[in-house]
Amino acid sequence: MSIATIPWQSRAFAIEIDDGIAVLTLDVPDESVNTLGAAVVDEFTALLDRIEGDTGIRAMVFISGKPENFIAGADIGQFTVITSASEGEALSRSGQAVMDRIERMRTPMVAAIHGACLGGGLEMALASAYRIATDHPKTVLALPEVTLGVIPGAGGTQRLPRTVGLRNALDMILTGRNVRGKKALRMGLIDELVHPAILRDVAVDRARSLADGKIARSSRKRRRRGLADFALEGNPLGRRVVFNKAHAGVIEKTHGHYPAPFAAIEAIRAGYDQGSERGFAEEARLFGEMSVTEVCRQLIYLFFATTALKKDNGVGVPVDSLPVDKLGVLGAGFMGAGIASVAAGRGTVVRLKDADTARVARGLASVYGVLREQLVKKRITPRELDDQMSLVGGTIDYSGFQNVDLVVEAVFEELGLKQQVLREAEEVIPGDAIYASNTSTIPITRIAEASKRPEQVLGMHFFSPVHRMPLLEVIVTRTTTAVVTATAVAYGKKLGKHVIVVNDGPGFYTTRTLAAFMNEAGHLLDEGVAIEALDKALVDFGFPVGPITLMDEVGLDVGAKVGQVLLEAFGERLSPAASLARVVAAGRVGRKGGKGFYLYDSPGGKKRGVDQSVYELLPTGANRVDVPVAEMQQRCVLAMVNEAARCLEEGILRSERDGDVGAVFGIGFPPFRGGPFRYVKTAGANNIVRQLELYHTRFAPRFVPARALVEMAEKGRGKVEPV
Amino acid sequence: MATYGTNGRRAAIVAGLRTPFARAGTDFSSIAAQDLGRTVVAELLQRTAIDGDEIDSVVFGTVVPSVLAPNIAREVALLPMLPKGIPAYTVSRACASANQAITDAADQIVLGHANVVIAGGAESLSNVPILHSRRFSETLVRASKAKSTGARVKTLARTRPRDLVPITPAIAEPSTGETMGESAEKMAKLNHIARDEQDQFALRSHRLAAAGTQDGRLAAEMMPFYVPPRYEIVETRDNGVRTDTSLEALQALKPVFDRRYGTVTAGNSSPLTDGAAAVLIMSAERAAALGYEPIAYIRSYAYAALDPGEQLLQAPVLAAPVALRRAGLSLRDIDLVEMHEAFAAQVLSNLEGFESREWAARAGFSQPVGEVDRSRLNVMGGSIAIGHPFGATGARITMTLAHELKRRGGQFGLMTVCAAGGMGFAMVLEAA
Repeated sequence: MSIATIPWQSRAFAIEIDDGIAVLTLDVPDESVNTLGAAVVDEFTALLDRIEGDTGIRAMVFISGKPENFIAGADIGQFTVITSASEGEALSRSGQAVMDRIERMRTPMVAAIHGACLGGGLEMALASAYRIATDHPKTVLALPEVTLGVIPGAGGTQRLPRTVGLRNALDMILTGRNVRGKKALRMGLIDELVHPAILRDVAVDRARSLADGKIARSSRKRRRRGLADFALEGNPLGRRVVFNKAHAGVIEKTHGHYPAPFAAIEAIRAGYDQGSERGFAEEARLFGEMSVTEVCRQLIYLFFATTALKKDNGVGVPVDSLPVDKLGVLGAGFMGAGIASVAAGRGTVVRLKDADTARVARGLASVYGVLREQLVKKRITPRELDDQMSLVGGTIDYSGFQNVDLVVEAVFEELGLKQQVLREAEEVIPGDAIYASNTSTIPITRIAEASKRPEQVLGMHFFSPVHRMPLLEVIVTRTTTAVVTATAVAYGKKLGKHVIVVNDGPGFYTTRTLAAFMNEAGHLLDEGVAIEALDKALVDFGFPVGPITLMDEVGLDVGAKVGQVLLEAFGERLSPAASLARVVAAGRVGRKGGKGFYLYDSPGGKKRGVDQSVYELLPTGANRVDVPVAEMQQRCVLAMVNEAARCLEEGILRSERDGDVGAVFGIGFPPFRGGPFRYVKTAGANNIVRQLELYHTRFAPRFVPARALVEMAEKGRGKVEPV
Repeated sequence: MATYGTNGRRAAIVAGLRTPFARAGTDFSSIAAQDLGRTVVAELLQRTAIDGDEIDSVVFGTVVPSVLAPNIAREVALLPMLPKGIPAYTVSRACASANQAITDAADQIVLGHANVVIAGGAESLSNVPILHSRRFSETLVRASKAKSTGARVKTLARTRPRDLVPITPAIAEPSTGETMGESAEKMAKLNHIARDEQDQFALRSHRLAAAGTQDGRLAAEMMPFYVPPRYEIVETRDNGVRTDTSLEALQALKPVFDRRYGTVTAGNSSPLTDGAAAVLIMSAERAAALGYEPIAYIRSYAYAALDPGEQLLQAPVLAAPVALRRAGLSLRDIDLVEMHEAFAAQVLSNLEGFESREWAARAGFSQPVGEVDRSRLNVMGGSIAIGHPFGATGARITMTLAHELKRRGGQFGLMTVCAAGGMGFAMVLEAA
């Protein structure tokens, strides 16, 4: 009996052989998605050995047994144990070897792709002789390695440009962007696009045609190229233009904080300039180099932190969350409309209330704007846009609130108003409905004082703009029940957010730490530093915008109000700077008013330069003082980090992980620094405490080191632990 | 007399809603009928908080169907908050289409085939399909079947400029070629309805509609309509209702259909209108089980028809006595009458017909329906002022009658609707 007729046994693979075609179905046991861990790769190479030795087998099909996932990529855990660049290089080399083998094997392989095909999964598909993907929305192809601080290490930087051309490859590799079926077909990333129901059959048929020599391996086909391809990719001069542009683009986007995109460009360039062999060698070398960078470690830390959060129900004990089928939103302003738009985007029925039809109309227009953006990006169809829009019903009374499951109140930040709105709503909403306030500062406990059912009240602090900002801070009081918290957390996740749960307190976690940071920026202004120099210093540190620009964005009146709340709560440690108060007193409110520290084209318009006349309002007047860039950075960042540590010791935060995720995804803490707690560990807690003490002597009562930091330093927890 | 439906299976109107009505070519001109329908039903679902799983069927009426979405009811039923498994169909009975939707729904409930139905109608007269000429359509079809590019070009080259003149569907009777306005003009002459009477009636329609809007009774039937995609316009009332019109202004208008001896003007006719309306109908039993309080029950209804070449819009006169008999009632028992106002001339002709022995005999009755007390007729105006989106009007009138009956503490209400093709409809509602 020929071996080819016997089904093989394997842990992760099912193998069926049909008329000389081996169908390898990958279904990694006990996991929701397939990843290419070391064990899976070992099994796979063993399979290849057997197939190679079996003359009865003429071709192979690689397909996934998961319902909506092909291969999610390499096992990220592997990256964390790399201790040196040469170890990383070796890992890359071994990955390359597997792909190389697939490409060269006697038996051509067809990749039959349904679901996400990412990283190593796509690299394997690229090494295959033929690629077929399904025209299903879950089928996406991407090389997201740079988002984790590394580069594709199993031939991706070499095979992708060869397959789709230089510009397409650079775009995919430098952004990690998802490419869907239709576009993949258009750019030549796949050879065919089929309905999921016939994927396997077509793949087997194509494998047979490959074996019979009726169709060529796709790597041997010539890519169809247009005029622009010849001009920009077909010659060294054109390519240099493309590479330079890509380089400039990366600098503009990352301010040079992330080395991986540059490394990826270098690896791709090596393949073009020095040939394929050098290209692969460079890819492996650069992968190794990247895998041990600080940036890579922090990004991987955040990857694991957010992955862990996805599995965290927010209450620490198993609780079933309740379904949220209908959402009431009180206040159709920018925040309310933003919340309505993401909810409708996820299929929730939304009742959007405001005081008059004009406000409701503006709210609906803004919901439509967000949803239309999805249409323009081809993420939804026109009918889906209509459907999502029809889920949002505007109202000026409480009609339609009698069956809401969750209410999110997003009215003006004023305790009295919020309490009044809560009382009104509770008259109408079902007794078991959950009531959330979207406030950034007002203690939830105070709002809940107005409630007949305070155990059903909590905070859901979204960030603006809601559809782009990935964080949701859920704030619970002493009386909020576990099921209420778990429901808010589960619904936040459904909306696609990273959800952290914090305990109630003035400014909760994010506002409080951000306020400490902004406050210190204000003190620097008091001392006389130049506005743009201060902003630039913090942007250089890695924040998306500088603190003064941010203050203008948030609104100076709002900032002053927050400052007052925190001063009352925490005393002189957070005493507001004089600058902000003076500028607000002069009637400047920031961008929304067209005038703040900066000038704007119009209220809410484009930023122009610093308004030089604003200096006259500041304590030092027209005199500017030079403070070293490092000191400006340290003071602002230390103020933030120190406040984060206090949130931990006071029990506002549940964990350092939540603190890191909250700061990175909510208030723009540089991701490549991992978050405030990782920042402390990277720098060493003892060093941080020493710096704080130094500044304390100069600026008391500010900069008293948080007890949590002192303890960390004493325990010697200064070193970064492996993630 | 047996009531329509045994006690538990009586068809109850538990809620209704409509868009404001907008004259065609104004604020709703860019919105397709299906979107008007979907919007009003989405809001009805929001306000009534009805669980989509409870709904058994969706029936919608429309008169000028979209070529792209001919079964508008299904597009409504496919709203994302409803389960996909609700069967839906579209009906067409000219201006009584929404009435057909409602009586179909009621029948299914009475029969026990359904317990909860959404019935209504939608019309966008701003978006009527424009057709190619027959010759040009044939050319296009032939060109699409041509075997070569050369043959295709040759076929298309035969097109003559006059072939490109588009055909706009007129509101005309296919059987007689008479337009609706011409029919109304003819009825005015046959029944000796003077111009002044018509203008007085139109004025009354506007004044009463304006009052009903002012005091919130009409507004209560409507949702504010936020006009996509810019959402800058919010329609909160019917934009055809004139608060400032006068008899002089109406008298100044020129007759449209017979410029020399005519009496029917744009002022005493209902305008072309965009809008949608829907009602939620349940069996009395299910309404009680779900905790909905019925506004009114459907007590009886009747359809009738006559030769379109005769008096096109006079068939309500034939339908009303039948509906009353089926209800076991006479006009004396009726607290409110709502008549669709296609034209003042038509309403006045219908009212005359109700009093006529001759028309009674034609309907098979020895006694006429009787004289309608004008103080109980169209007490918040009618289609002349409010507007007339063909497919939606029937649902609008049903709701107006049900609400006003309840408001006034009346017991029975009669409504009539005239329809193209020489058809008429009448229905009796009983306050819950």
